[in-house]
Amino acid sequence: MAETDFGPARRTTRRIRVTASAGIVAAVLLAVLLVPPLVQLDQQAVDLAAKLRPPSWQHPFGTDDVGRDLLLRCVYGLRVSLLVGVVAGLTATVIGTAVGALAAAFGGWTDRLVMRLVDTFSSVPHLLLGIFIVAMFRPGVGPVIVSVALTHWLSTARIVRSEVLSLRSRPFIDAAISGGASRGRVVVRHLLPAVLPQAGLAAVLMVPHAMWHESALSFLGLGLPTHQASLGNLVQTARGSLLAGDWWPTLFPGLFLVLPTLALAGLAGAWRERINPRRRSELML
Amino acid sequence: MLELTRVTAGYDRREPVVREVSLSLAPGESLGLLGPSGCGKSTLARVAALLHRPYAGTVVLDGEPVRGWRHRAPRAQRTAVGVVFQQPRLSADPRLTLRELIAQPLRATGRRAEVADRVAALAPAVGLTPELLERRPHEVSDGQLQRACLARALVLRPRWLICDEMTAMLDASTTAALVAVVESYRRESGAGLLAVGHDRVLLERWCDRTVGWQECSAPGAPQEVMGPGGQSS
Repeated sequence: MAETDFGPARRTTRRIRVTASAGIVAAVLLAVLLVPPLVQLDQQAVDLAAKLRPPSWQHPFGTDDVGRDLLLRCVYGLRVSLLVGVVAGLTATVIGTAVGALAAAFGGWTDRLVMRLVDTFSSVPHLLLGIFIVAMFRPGVGPVIVSVALTHWLSTARIVRSEVLSLRSRPFIDAAISGGASRGRVVVRHLLPAVLPQAGLAAVLMVPHAMWHESALSFLGLGLPTHQASLGNLVQTARGSLLAGDWWPTLFPGLFLVLPTLALAGLAGAWRERINPRRRSELML
Repeated sequence: MLELTRVTAGYDRREPVVREVSLSLAPGESLGLLGPSGCGKSTLARVAALLHRPYAGTVVLDGEPVRGWRHRAPRAQRTAVGVVFQQPRLSADPRLTLRELIAQPLRATGRRAEVADRVAALAPAVGLTPELLERRPHEVSDGQLQRACLARALVLRPRWLICDEMTAMLDASTTAALVAVVESYRRESGAGLLAVGHDRVLLERWCDRTVGWQECSAPGAPQEVMGPGGQSS
């Protein structure tokens, strides 16, 4: 009934959202992959004579407080943030899937112990835990990735565990065991393929989240070294100029952070509705 | 022989569903186990299929006492018993085609080479066309899926077959077809059958003998109700 009442209109808005998201993600990928090798400009080139210029044809995004081109800085910053987001997101998902699947597969005491550990980790705000982890290392891309990955596997572990637990008691697993399947075969052939879409979705959802964390850590001065362009660093260094009324060094890196992460989250949401039709029908009601 | 002696099993140790139930089944014999829903007959079937570890009691399979259940049972013991479950939807991995579903036990036991021959022989026997074999569970009806599940249970040529409410979800003609497949397999292989169900008319027509749940479960009473010769008391 909901289908016929307002389904089509909603489907159209969804299609627009998905198309826009896909377009932004494609543009972002093209920019971060193609711009650095094709554009032979030094993003670090300082030109103190041209500092804090507003947007113009020569510098579409303007220049920062030491005269570096902001468009170029933003692209390089996005590249770093995306790298951190993707690597940290994937690592967190792999850790979460492994922990969740093992806890569910072993059950009993292992399960209880692991899940209480997850609860303990979750009771600490993960940004705080992340700050604690990066603070132990010299600033750099590595520590930021480690910090974000180590604080973000918890929800994936929970999802995968509950998924495996519910699968484990289905008769088709019984049938496989009765047909002579080994433990490994049950996990590889029947359990993992069933949870992989969920885990993949968790990974994609994690990428924008991890990008925000990188930015937050860099903004706090704990993430990447200040000379390295990252979206968090760009916003951080722009704070001073903002007070002087120069809006562009804050606005453009901010947009570069918000738009791609929203687009990625939008695509992931559409994927979730696709692989999980029950959720879709609940949304339709 | 497949012998279950004073089996107590369930999902909560304080309140077992199955209490001290004994059953025995001779090779080539077909035994119908009748019981109302929720009485624990499916749990007993899972114990007999080595899929559920009982709290107490013994299971002896072809003279070998069963020491482990599920993965802890040796593969030879596990595959000696074929099982068909009540709900074909739940007992088929939704990602496999019917062909893969039927072939799954052969692949799991390293007999990949026999897949083509066995599937080609079993599919027409259970009434599945080659076109149906390439479909996935959500693209076929319950009856067609149950035919595939029966083929999967027979593909390793088990010496024992356990049908747990195999036909409860199906119409009369599919029921008749599946029962005929099981009976022809039994005639040809000499396998023993434990058919669990609540349909007295069906089980009495189908099986050599039929026992009621009350007759084989003796809560508190330590006497063996079923004799080793399989005579119902």
